[in-house]
Amino acid sequence: MIPLDWYLIVAAALFAIGLFGVLSRKNAVAILMGVELMLNAVNINLLAFWRYRAPTEPVGMAFAVIVFAVAAAEVAVGLALFIAVYRRFNSVVADDINLMKW
Amino acid sequence: MTAMQIVFILTAVVTLFAALRVVTTPNMIHAALWLIVALFGVAVFYLLLSASFLAMAQIIVYIGAIAILMMFVIMLTRREMRDRGPQTGPQWKWAAILSALLFGGLVWMVKSVSLPASPVAEVPESSIADLGRALVSPNGFVIPFEVASVLLLAALIGAVYVAWTRRNS
Amino acid sequence: MGILSQPIGVIAEWLRNLFLGWGLSEGLTTVLLYLIGAGVLATLVQVWVIFLIWFERKIIGRFQDRLGPNRVGPYGLLQPFADLIKIITKEVIIPRDADKAVYLLGPIIMDAGVLAIWAVIPLMPMVGMDVNVAALYTIAVGAFATLGILMAGWASNNKFALLSAFRTVAQMISYEVPTVLALLIPVMLAGTMSLQGIVEAQHVWYIVFAPLAFVIYFIASVAEVGRTPFDLLEAESEIVAGFHIEYSGMVFAIFYVGDFLHAFTIGALGAVLFLGGWRGPGAETFPLLGLLYLWIKAFLVYFLVVWARGSLPRVRIDQMMDFSWKFLTPLALILLVVAAVLDHFVMGFGMWGRALSHFAANVVIAVLTLRYLDHYDKVRESKRRMVAQPGQYPVARPPVPVETSTEAAS
Repeated sequence: MIPLDWYLIVAAALFAIGLFGVLSRKNAVAILMGVELMLNAVNINLLAFWRYRAPTEPVGMAFAVIVFAVAAAEVAVGLALFIAVYRRFNSVVADDINLMKW
Repeated sequence: MTAMQIVFILTAVVTLFAALRVVTTPNMIHAALWLIVALFGVAVFYLLLSASFLAMAQIIVYIGAIAILMMFVIMLTRREMRDRGPQTGPQWKWAAILSALLFGGLVWMVKSVSLPASPVAEVPESSIADLGRALVSPNGFVIPFEVASVLLLAALIGAVYVAWTRRNS
Repeated sequence: MGILSQPIGVIAEWLRNLFLGWGLSEGLTTVLLYLIGAGVLATLVQVWVIFLIWFERKIIGRFQDRLGPNRVGPYGLLQPFADLIKIITKEVIIPRDADKAVYLLGPIIMDAGVLAIWAVIPLMPMVGMDVNVAALYTIAVGAFATLGILMAGWASNNKFALLSAFRTVAQMISYEVPTVLALLIPVMLAGTMSLQGIVEAQHVWYIVFAPLAFVIYFIASVAEVGRTPFDLLEAESEIVAGFHIEYSGMVFAIFYVGDFLHAFTIGALGAVLFLGGWRGPGAETFPLLGLLYLWIKAFLVYFLVVWARGSLPRVRIDQMMDFSWKFLTPLALILLVVAAVLDHFVMGFGMWGRALSHFAANVVIAVLTLRYLDHYDKVRESKRRMVAQPGQYPVARPPVPVETSTEAAS
């Protein structure tokens, strides 16, 4: 069998990579991609703990399902915002969208 | 080393490599395609964790909808298809250091507690049916489930409203 | 266990003993057997496409009052082989500015997505991977077909191909919703997502339980395959040829094969979900008979697809989106709710009682839908009359008088 900490380390690596993407990328869509990677890392953790600690209860799976729903909602609104921003600024680079900055 | 472990290591290598390409490749469409590879790897992890329902949901929701929508938006928000120049801001070094620190800290934390090497029990045959019942039972997750539904509906309406252009203006 | 009662089992057992005799380990033998099974299945269904191409050309020919291929071989049966040789010898052209890796991966992913559906289709009793989430799996791998077309459209670096990719995404994501909703009805009636389980539960075919769901499934799947009347993604008159405009030779052939196979695959899926799959007299004792039944039923649905292609004109893109979101999706939702509530009450009525009450509910919904559509049509017609006076239809306007331009100049 695969030890639990293997899953946790892979999830931690995925989370760290996602965080790097969120912090370093300029394009707003790429930032959203980083967020998706982080959410997936969290989901791996949830399911790994569910599988190793309480596989008879559907708790971990229910958590993961809710995370899916939240991720879908986030992407839908986020991408709609990018389209709206692109219409206005002709760019989705986060640095260009600085109307509120002074 | 068992066959499962070999599959795990292969999946982990592919997933993490793809994730790295997502955050480093300058071409946005390639980033989205690498994201699909990474998400597919995560679905394989779900299968290894015997959560087959969630693995399928992962492919439908993430690859079938989210990643494809992202590619769609990338194509819509590009004046030319090719991205030139670096896609990372000047702060990337700090971001790298912070991420490495976070990873190191998490690994240290995982290693410092004793974790089970194998599951306490097998997943019951009826786990998908149990999940379905738990999501709608008052003793289970009916409130989070309903809140998530309302959130999705609100997101749907909000997305339509935000991206809407008035025809006459 | 004889070759007639368990054909695949006997062959697999023989191969297993052969491999074990060669000194291979138990685990490796199992992996090898799976690989051989997958390889054989994938090859057979792709070779089957050769026949499908001939069949479709022949049928379309008859629809259009011509003979179809009839020169090469008896009834033109060897025509696809001639085409095959021609297309293999053609050069594979990759446009200079194309994204090479994505360009070449596109068709492969599209074809693989279609082939992957065959992994879970129960070909006969006891054969086929019995996955407990098979119904969901078919939707999941269907996403890869969309992805393949999107990749091809983008990587070609051609504006028509890109337009086609946009249309593909809009169309396939929209029509996935009614497909999933219609597919949920057999899943709910059988109480399982395993396709083998759904077939076994169909003592009465589900087309009797839910004829409307079958119609919705059929229409939405045709749209998802991108066949006429929904072939907006390769509309020759609008966007030249769509996503495969830059493809040639064998790379194009993969798209071609994937397209035909996808149409037949939705036929097979429709047969499994609504027409009882391998069910038929004597199928339990002679599984090969079950395969024959499934093939005939799948062919029937495939023939409907070809029929639609032969007789319907292409719809406009806004009509197509409206049709999915304003008609198919609400109807599928209503059907799903009605079926769920009704099934709760008629559970104890026995097999036929349950089937007939579902059928009656479907008839009522169908009549109400048609009445509503009639009403909607009348309302729209009267609104149109209010705008346009009789005899003055808002057609092409007379040319603008020249005075306005001279006025502006002076």
